[in-house]
Amino acid sequence: MTIDRRSFLKMTAGAGAAGVLYGCASTGPSGSTAEVMPKTGRRVVVVGGGYGGTIAAKYIRMMDKSIEVVLVERNDHFVSCPFSNLYIGGLMKDLSPLTIRYDKLVANHGIKFLQAEVTGVDAASQTVITSKGALKYDRLVLSPGVDFRTEEVKGYNLATTPDVIPHAWKAGPQTVLLRKQLEAMPAGGNVVLTIPLAPFRCPPGPYERTSMIAMFLKQHKPKSKIIVLDANPDIVSKKGLFLKGWKKHYEGIIDYRPAKKVTEVDAASKTVLIEGLEDVKGAVVNLIPPQRAGQIAVAAGVVGSDKKWCPVNPTTFESTIHKGIHVIGDACIAGAMPKSGYSANSEAKACATNIVNLMNGKELVDFSGINTCYSFLSAKEAVEVTGVYKVDKAKNAIIAVPGSVGVSPDLSELEAVYAESWLKNILTEMST
Amino acid sequence: MRIKGIQWALSAAVLAMSASAFAAPPTPAMLSNACAGCHGTHGESAGPSMPALAGQSKVAIVESMKGFKSGERPATVMGRLAKGYSDAEFEAMGEFFSKQKPFTTSQTLDRAKVAKGAELHEKNCARCHVENGKEIKDNSPVMAGQWVKYLEIQMADYHSGKRKMFDRKAEKMKPLSQSDLDAIAHFYASVK
Repeated sequence: MTIDRRSFLKMTAGAGAAGVLYGCASTGPSGSTAEVMPKTGRRVVVVGGGYGGTIAAKYIRMMDKSIEVVLVERNDHFVSCPFSNLYIGGLMKDLSPLTIRYDKLVANHGIKFLQAEVTGVDAASQTVITSKGALKYDRLVLSPGVDFRTEEVKGYNLATTPDVIPHAWKAGPQTVLLRKQLEAMPAGGNVVLTIPLAPFRCPPGPYERTSMIAMFLKQHKPKSKIIVLDANPDIVSKKGLFLKGWKKHYEGIIDYRPAKKVTEVDAASKTVLIEGLEDVKGAVVNLIPPQRAGQIAVAAGVVGSDKKWCPVNPTTFESTIHKGIHVIGDACIAGAMPKSGYSANSEAKACATNIVNLMNGKELVDFSGINTCYSFLSAKEAVEVTGVYKVDKAKNAIIAVPGSVGVSPDLSELEAVYAESWLKNILTEMST
Repeated sequence: MRIKGIQWALSAAVLAMSASAFAAPPTPAMLSNACAGCHGTHGESAGPSMPALAGQSKVAIVESMKGFKSGERPATVMGRLAKGYSDAEFEAMGEFFSKQKPFTTSQTLDRAKVAKGAELHEKNCARCHVENGKEIKDNSPVMAGQWVKYLEIQMADYHSGKRKMFDRKAEKMKPLSQSDLDAIAHFYASVK
């Protein structure tokens, strides 16, 4: 029995698509196979309107106006995860500084926008199935972000648990819910924050959140504490700076416990269990579940053998599993690059550049990218980590350029000023 | 059937390998686009503490990057980021940004400060920062239309001695007060 490449692709894609249709059956409409925007010329479909997808769509159009770009996103707006901890800590009155819409981006660059839910991808027929119909593509860019490995936390029900125990790891209503719970919590109550094993979206994020919640407790909830249950053996990112900031500002408020992996949750009693050994109860519980590439990547069959993340070519970000499908942002394995918004921005530009090169039969260009990621320790002090990244040809992987990676020397008010401009610039880049 | 699948996967891996093996070194655009997350698309910065780079002088960009790399110019992120690039890459990025259409920021300026700053500029700065900071002389940067906040941070670094300056600049700058410097920033920001 023989099978050619085409039907092999079809089979694997079909298996993935079936999985996701099943997963979506209770939450959303299943896809339609009638074409929603019949394809005429050369087309790239970009799925996901966040830090990666908006930039990929924009840069493809900036570099080659003859390529049609369809941006597919289920929402009509996007809320940034970076800076959402500041809202949780009470430093922003609402999420509007973190919210972008797509109208200007789409108009400025002639991008076609389809607000729809992607339910499947058929790599063999180069088709994306959405809640509004099918879309044919020449190349597909997936920037789906993360979804949760809820099966690793017993008792966690994605449909109901987050309403009681927010993850707030996708900015929006979850972020608002966590802040409301903190505000409603009685003084003296404890907050429990749980961190999954790395890698996860935004390595310093949980520790920035710890700082912001501690700041909130110090101001508004006397005698309250935050208990941090970290599955990792130690603080994953900017360790020295976080410890310094916690000692300076939040002595006695933060109870950090390393190597505490949450394996079970009971939403009703707001209790988390650690490997059957101990349980911890909180007045507010913020459980950040372990993560994998977004469900769309699962549907497209581009998740690797680790069943978590998507292996890609480090120059084109094309999936090493399915040709014609590129994966950027948190969902992909980008070597030494951390899963951050700025990484997604850089990856999107390199991916766009080489998609345009591929579609025009031109020589590919090596990746060069940057990561810059700020974390706030208090209302006025921030720290950052930066790095420059490139491809190591021998390793065929993205590596950090030696000497370029490092963190702030200290907590800094100036860094906080720069952080504000970072947000303004990166969101402007995504929305105009 | 299984063998065929593996064969295909292997050939895909070989294809993937070859894509990076035969790619050209990063182009000026590839290098510079990565900066845009903080400095705006094409260097059109929307954040007041990050300088707009669109239309900036190539020499000024290259000199700045070298200063960041050596540690001579004070920095937060830029000191480390500059270590990620070669001098040839600085040249490529300088070339890229210098070729972009000059970008004028839109910000609220204080008219009185602009007027005062114009006088101070004439008296103290105009010999090197020619054409009201619109043109470059030697390695002086374009300052016209730049963000006030960015200019203020730079002048504070000079004034405090954190950033070194040559004697003639120091002679002019040292006697100026904080409000003088503030006025000068408003003036340069106002120049279209």
